[in-house]
Amino acid sequence: MKYVVLIVTIVLFSFGNETHRVSLSEENTLELTGDSLKIFDFNQLQNYLSSKDVNKTYVVNFWATWCAPCVKELPYFEQLNANYLNKDVEVILVSLDFPKQIDKKLKPFLQKNKLKSEVIVLNDVDSNTWIPKVNENWSGAIPATIIYNKSKKKFYERSFNYNELETELKQFIK
Amino acid sequence: MKHTLKIVLALAVVFATSAFTSVGTGYDIGDIATDFELENIDGKMVSMKDFKDAKGFIVVFTCNTCPYAVAYEDRVEALNKKYADKGYPVIAIMPNNTDVKPGDSMENMKARAKAKGFTFPYLMDKGQKIYPQYGATKTPHVYVLEKTKKGPQVKYIGAIDDNYQDASAVTKTYVEDAVDALLEGKEVPEQKTRAIGCSIKV
Repeated sequence: MKYVVLIVTIVLFSFGNETHRVSLSEENTLELTGDSLKIFDFNQLQNYLSSKDVNKTYVVNFWATWCAPCVKELPYFEQLNANYLNKDVEVILVSLDFPKQIDKKLKPFLQKNKLKSEVIVLNDVDSNTWIPKVNENWSGAIPATIIYNKSKKKFYERSFNYNELETELKQFIK
Repeated sequence: MKHTLKIVLALAVVFATSAFTSVGTGYDIGDIATDFELENIDGKMVSMKDFKDAKGFIVVFTCNTCPYAVAYEDRVEALNKKYADKGYPVIAIMPNNTDVKPGDSMENMKARAKAKGFTFPYLMDKGQKIYPQYGATKTPHVYVLEKTKKGPQVKYIGAIDDNYQDASAVTKTYVEDAVDALLEGKEVPEQKTRAIGCSIKV
C-alpha cells in the first residue's frame, strides 16, 4: 500500500512539474484568458453542449472553486485534456462560481493552478429551466460531467478519478 | 477465460449497484415520507410526530458550508417565520458527513444557528440514514410535506425560489407557492423544481 501511495505521489509530482514547465512560456496568454474569461448565460453555453466540431469528443465538467469534490477532480480533467490533446478531445470546465466571486476567487484560482482547459463561467440564475436542458436526470448537484461527440452523449452526476474518467472517455473514441 | 468472466461479472455488479444508488431512489410527489428522530442543536431529539398541531412541514436539507445553502439561510428563516404559525414549520436537516466537512459539525451547526438566529430546529442526520430515504442529493434541497391519514405526504420537491444570487430579484417563490396552495386546499402549482447545489458529502 505504501508503495502505491509513493508511486501515485511520484506520478502526481512529475505531472505537476511538467505542466509547470510548459506553462511558463504561456504565462501571458493565461493571464489574458483570465481577464477575458467568458461569462455566459445558458443560451450562450448551449453551443458548447452540442457538437461544434463533428470530429471531436467534448468533456464538459460543471464545477466551482467552492465545491471541494470538484476541485479535487479538476487535475484529472486537466490530465485528460493534456493526454488527449492530439486525439480530438477537448475538455471544457464550466464554472458555477457566483459572479461576485469571479475576481476574488475564480481568477486567482485559475492563475494559481494554471488550468489549460477552456474555462467558461455560467451565470444564469434560472437553474430550474436550464438544468433539465443539460440533462433530464440531473438533480443539480455538482460535480457533474457530460461527455459527447456527434454520435453519443452521456451524463454523469458523480466524481471521477483519472482512471474512471479515461475509461468513460474511451467509450467515445476509437 | 474464467477469469475474464469473473471480472466482467464483478464489473456488472459494481455498475448495477452504482446505477441503483445514483438514480431512481428517494421520494416522488405523493409518496409518504418517513418520520425521523434526530438530534437538534439544543441536544433534544426531534421528530415530525412531536408537532401535534402542524398541518405539514417544510423539510430543508441544508448545511453551514455550502455557498448555496448559505445564500438561502435568511430565506429559510423567513419561511419559518411566515409559515410555522400557519401550520407549516421548517425542519432543517444537515446531511453531510462531518468527517469530510468538519465545518458542518454539531458545534458549528450550533454556532451558525446562534449567529443567524434560527428559530427552526436544525437537526443532524447522524449516520446519514434519513437523506437517502428522501432522495436528497444536495444542499439546499427542500421537501414540502402535508400531514395526511397515511402519514406526511410529499407535495413539493426542489428549490426554494428561482434566484439563489439575489433574494430581491426572485420571480418565482416555489416553496411559498406550494405551501400557500396547500393552506388553501389547492394543488401545488409547480411540484418539482431544480437548482444547483453542493453534493451531499458521504
